[in-house]
Amino acid sequence: MKQADFVSLVVPFKDKVFRLAKRLLVSREEAEDATQEILLKLWKHKEKIGQYNNVEAFSMTMTKNFCLDRLKSKQAQNLKIVHSNYTDNNSSLQQQLEARDSMDWVSKIMEDLPEQQKIIVQLRDIEHYDFTEIAKMLDMNETAIRVSLSRARKTIREKLNNIHSYGIK
Amino acid sequence: MVLNNIEELLEKYDNAETSLQEEVQLGAYFKSDNVAAHLEHYKPMFQYFSQSQKEQYTKDVPLNTKKTTRLYQWISVAAVTVLMLGIAIPNWSSSPKTLAAYTPEEQQMYLETKQALAMLSNTFNDGASSYSNLGLVSKNFNDGLEKASHITEFSEITNNLLKN
Repeated sequence: MKQADFVSLVVPFKDKVFRLAKRLLVSREEAEDATQEILLKLWKHKEKIGQYNNVEAFSMTMTKNFCLDRLKSKQAQNLKIVHSNYTDNNSSLQQQLEARDSMDWVSKIMEDLPEQQKIIVQLRDIEHYDFTEIAKMLDMNETAIRVSLSRARKTIREKLNNIHSYGIK
Repeated sequence: MVLNNIEELLEKYDNAETSLQEEVQLGAYFKSDNVAAHLEHYKPMFQYFSQSQKEQYTKDVPLNTKKTTRLYQWISVAAVTVLMLGIAIPNWSSSPKTLAAYTPEEQQMYLETKQALAMLSNTFNDGASSYSNLGLVSKNFNDGLEKASHITEFSEITNNLLKN
């Protein structure tokens, strides 16, 4: 496998790997390092890549395991919490600020979710993977994923609702 | 889109029973401006989802590292060979090591220089012995100083006596 082949194979999902890593590791730098690590691992085993029937799912699983390992390791104890700047096309500044604020809230709420739910919400609601695919990636059965996803969604909604109606009720 | 429909979908959504298409529908609804007031709090959630989907990995994929390591390997091999040559070459051209191996003329010269150096060292030794005289003098000085300290002690005692 040549370098160009590898790059064209990796390009469609490298952003997904990065986003999942960022969801779990929070800091952008950490996520970039993790993505690099994953891609290098794939490149090292490029001879075996043909044997995997779904490289994308395989690398998502790798990313998940790698990030969870990173979180467990002591190195990651001093992770920074960094938020990216959301670009918004809304017209008025007021609206922009409000939108950014509430989106910050969502990301904060998601940070508080357990790792498992974070991963599932990331894969389903942001990357729009099929339940069967997610089941393969996480090595779980579909019902367990549905339950966990439903819990995560309800938590996010409830917390958002609290924030939204703060001071009214 | 009918509000009833959306509410139904949301119910399903919360129970994680929606299909991907239905979720896309929901996303589209919350992206639009006419979201019902009581559903307003869902909006940031869907906005956030679609927003974070746009984030990209911008760093390059570093696949070229292998070549540099190969270069380093060759550099280390070259360094080791140079080192070994440096150790081995001086031992090849082994020169004569005993005095008998030199020509008589060279032996003569060697003896002469040896003699001259011996004379030089003799005169040096003379100088050194005269220095030892200086050492004696300094010893005498030290003795004198010691005696002088006795005198100061004596004067202290007399002072004490006078005070009393």
